Amino acid sequence: MKRIKRVEEKFYIGLSAFMTYSLIAVLAFIILVIFVKGFGALSWDMVIKVPKGGYYYGGEGGVLNAIAGSLYIALGATLIAIVIGMPAALYLNVHLIRYRRTQNTIRYFLDALWGIPSIVYGAFGFTLMLFFGMNASLLAGIITVALLISPIMVRTFDEVLSTIPKGLHEASLALGSTRSETAFRVIFKQGFSGFITAILLSFGRGIGDAASVLFTAGYTDNIPVNLDEPAATLPLAIFFQLGSPIPEVRDRAYASAIILTVIILSISLGARFLSKRYSKTNLK
Amino acid sequence: MKSPDIEMPESVVEILTPSVAGKPALKISNLNVHAGDHHILKNINLEIPENRITVLLGPSGCGKTTLLKCMNRLTDLYRELEVTGTITIGGDDILNSTTDIPALRQRMGLLSQRPYPLPVSIFKNVAYGLKLKGVRDKRLLAFSVEKHLREVGLWEEVKGRLNAPATSLSIGQQQRLCLARGLAVKPAIILADEPTSALDPTSSKIIENLFREIRKHYTIVLVTHVLRQAIRLADHVIFMHDGEIIEQGSPGELFENARSDKLRAYLIDGN
Repeated sequence: MKRIKRVEEKFYIGLSAFMTYSLIAVLAFIILVIFVKGFGALSWDMVIKVPKGGYYYGGEGGVLNAIAGSLYIALGATLIAIVIGMPAALYLNVHLIRYRRTQNTIRYFLDALWGIPSIVYGAFGFTLMLFFGMNASLLAGIITVALLISPIMVRTFDEVLSTIPKGLHEASLALGSTRSETAFRVIFKQGFSGFITAILLSFGRGIGDAASVLFTAGYTDNIPVNLDEPAATLPLAIFFQLGSPIPEVRDRAYASAIILTVIILSISLGARFLSKRYSKTNLK
Repeated sequence: MKSPDIEMPESVVEILTPSVAGKPALKISNLNVHAGDHHILKNINLEIPENRITVLLGPSGCGKTTLLKCMNRLTDLYRELEVTGTITIGGDDILNSTTDIPALRQRMGLLSQRPYPLPVSIFKNVAYGLKLKGVRDKRLLAFSVEKHLREVGLWEEVKGRLNAPATSLSIGQQQRLCLARGLAVKPAIILADEPTSALDPTSSKIIENLFREIRKHYTIVLVTHVLRQAIRLADHVIFMHDGEIIEQGSPGELFENARSDKLRAYLIDGN
């Protein structure tokens, strides 16, 4: 009996370990493939130049247009989503605290929104755009991506806030702080690392999404200087280059993927560093 | 005072029972708390004597914590609670005051069931209330932090790591830190809501000894359901059951000659 139990336990530990490491192996494999295929095509020109004539046939230039467009859209959308997400998450956790049913219904809808494929957001953004008589532009892209990542932002903020004990709130008030002093000096500080993770998660989803910007942001070889100009994005740049029959252009698609990965990784590391620095005093 | 001989409803007994020695630091009259249809506190009338330890005793869910939270208006946080009546401290009506609630709360220190250190360093936890009061002088802050950490017997343990996060302390140390943090704002009253329930016996004993020590300077209201703790600490006992004050008086009176069946039953269960 004891022996069987031991074998059983070994089997499940082995299985769990196998699953965990295979996921990491897949991630490593993905990164390896894009580096192997794209590293040769990667050059400073890729990063600092916009496409010149004939770029998509193997000519000179880079994808600065897509880098800039992606950063603009992701940053703009993240800012809008923070502005939507913070009050919404506070409302859920402070005002609706005693209304469990309403709270859970709202959470359910937000989770459903989280699961909707981004092409649906793209289609919705496109209809919205036509309704307001707008063209495919930076602004339309930002709004669509903001809609896409807002549910993620609200729910992750919501999770962070719901882990902050009410006792901490009361302790701060009992010491004589006002509600806003409590919010900024205590609650915000306590949740800081969680908020950073929430923002990061949303930003990552926003910058990496192709389908939502396909119809709404359009594509251009220039760096947009106005909100009503179309904007290129890295995921679409990868998509277009990968569809090319010319091998050099296809390699550049992988190089663009490297650029996108590096952007996401560096933002992720930066945010981790920030949140580590600020979270060491937090209540566990 | 001797208890009256005639049979009286228990809710009347409490009105007739006088408070023990010491001026009242806090006076509660006709306090009622409702949450929807639920009547949580029923017509509470009592006086908390100054520089004494008043123990609110009773089974869980009898409204002790709610009563405590009424005193510093933490009930404001719970929208569903409807609080009526008056609570006065030094002539000021707490419940109907539209004045400075934060300043009012600073007249009372709170010690909760488990410690909630603020997400800052040990030093800043103690200095927090003072900074809110507008104290900016670094030397004054340092002096005050040391004084109050010494007051709770924590100074020797933490003096070398004042800038370490408060969460790095053990839970017993954290609770003493929370007491020091509350004392630093110079309250008149300390509201303690089962302050030792999350602590190990040694830490609990330290807190209990501290209470005995500081009652010379502070009025303490201690919520507990631990009978032995009440016997060890109380100068004045208020026994509550189901939102009502059943009996109150000196520990001798209550624990030796309990008048009500409810208290008698509680004493038997508690021993």
